[in-house]
Amino acid sequence: MSSADLRDLYQQVIMDHNKKPRNFRDMPDSNHLAHGNNPLCGDALVVYLKLDGDTIEDVSFQGSGCAISVASASLMTEALKGKTMADAEALYELVHKQMTGEDVDTAALGKLDVLSGVKEFPARVKCATLSWHTVHAAMESEQDSSVTTE
Amino acid sequence: MSALDIQAIRKDFPILDQQVNGYDLAYLDNAASSQKPLQVIEAISDYYRQDNANVHRGVHRLSQRATDAYEASREKVRKFLNAKSDKEIVFVRGATEAINLIAQSFVRPQLNAGDEILVSHLEHHANIVPWQMLCEQTGATLKVIPMTLEGELDLSGFDDLLTPKTKILAVGHVSNALGTVNPIKDMIAKAHAKDIPVLIDGAQAVPHLAVDVQDLDCDFYVFSGHKMFAPTGIGAFYGKQDLLEEMPPWQGGGDMILSVSFEHTQYNELPYKFEAGTPHIAGSIGMGAAIDYMNSIGIDKLAKYEHDLLVAATQKLEALDGIRIIGTAKEKASVLSFMIEGVHPHDVGTIFDQQGVAIRTGHHCAQPVMQFFGIPATARASFAFYNTMEEVDALVGAITKVQELFA
Ligand SMILES: Cc1ncc(COP(=O)(O)O)c(C=O)c1O
Repeated sequence: MSSADLRDLYQQVIMDHNKKPRNFRDMPDSNHLAHGNNPLCGDALVVYLKLDGDTIEDVSFQGSGCAISVASASLMTEALKGKTMADAEALYELVHKQMTGEDVDTAALGKLDVLSGVKEFPARVKCATLSWHTVHAAMESEQDSSVTTE
Repeated sequence: MSALDIQAIRKDFPILDQQVNGYDLAYLDNAASSQKPLQVIEAISDYYRQDNANVHRGVHRLSQRATDAYEASREKVRKFLNAKSDKEIVFVRGATEAINLIAQSFVRPQLNAGDEILVSHLEHHANIVPWQMLCEQTGATLKVIPMTLEGELDLSGFDDLLTPKTKILAVGHVSNALGTVNPIKDMIAKAHAKDIPVLIDGAQAVPHLAVDVQDLDCDFYVFSGHKMFAPTGIGAFYGKQDLLEEMPPWQGGGDMILSVSFEHTQYNELPYKFEAGTPHIAGSIGMGAAIDYMNSIGIDKLAKYEHDLLVAATQKLEALDGIRIIGTAKEKASVLSFMIEGVHPHDVGTIFDQQGVAIRTGHHCAQPVMQFFGIPATARASFAFYNTMEEVDALVGAITKVQELFA
């Protein structure tokens, strides 16, 4: 029983993004960035944004964390590239709802739906949402910003 | 192996007999908090059923019984630490509160800007932050005894760190992150040779080894009940009587006074001067019962059995591929911290939990130790005398599972 649950959490896509995180790089020409920390487990990441007006022209991240937080950040960068800020905020809301166990339109989540297993592991929800809180802070900030979850 | 009847001991700990996620629970998080034997649970419940009242106040029978039981626990703690006098045993909430009390009441009045407080790189945050706060309040400086890659204290420069400005040496007996047993007796002697008082943080030592404060000659020894099979919210510290006499009270209130008027308050005698307000009476009684329990088996026997478990677990982990043990000191107690190559400890914790194996993953409130090794966290198994070789095997099985999943 438990192994099946674990496979729900650690799906192949998640393992892949953990091993080879996408958009895992510095962004010297970013115009917004934020630091995210989860002091309880030591996850720490930076999310960089290059906004062109209202559009996320580029997004990347750096840092270290557990498989869930790294994969979530990686998936997030893929999902956000090219989106408008409003679309990004809507997605942020959606991810949040899903993690807290609310019914959401999985089609709207697209690939991000692989993280749905996380809601069965309440202690790990913070790991999956750290990058989203951080990008949210980056979008709202004028320049540097930081968020902390625990 | 020694004549410990582990199955009988485990019957005293009903919480151990349960399944988690379909597996027998293997509770290997004793360094965070230990489980409580029936003898402790019943002592607390008997107290509430039969004797509950405030202490040191009423002339009525229940208050007398509560007071007697509370003071009897103090005597048990005295014997447990081999202190000279009951006056030297102060009940507190735990190690954290004791360190804060000693920092503010003993060290602060003697501290001037430029003075030094000496701790070690291995300390728990509870033995770092109160001193940093004190430094901020007074302009004193925090100095740190370095550590080695094995997780031992590097004492090569110790003599030079003990300076005329050092107002206290505060060091752990056993490291909670790595299990290192520090050579505190030597360190105390060296500090005393320069008239520097010494506080020992014994939170991780008292559950695992016999402590004799007179033999150690430490000035203060602090610990928490919940790591030694007693309830949370209770602990005690030892302080040499002449030092305690000189110290001002830390908190004011009832119980710590002899007489109060608006012009003048006369403080109570030791140890009550430091026990303002109604104490955790049931907790103290539970802690006394925990000490009785450990004594009934014999602390040396417990220590020997646990040590055998730790050695066996260490050997089994060393035999696995892709495991790095963090903390390989020659003298260790209870703790086995490790990393599984390529897997973050937080993932390890979740996967272990799915197999009923409870360990701690994180920085263990010892972030400087993590920084030293350049890692954010470790997975930590920590043993008590009720753990078994089967649970060591469950630990190994859980590691294998992690490696399969992350292969
Ligand atoms: C070495 C050490 N010192 C101090 C403490 C703090 O103990 P408490 O939280 O019970 O006050 C701990 C608890 O983890 C510890 O391991």
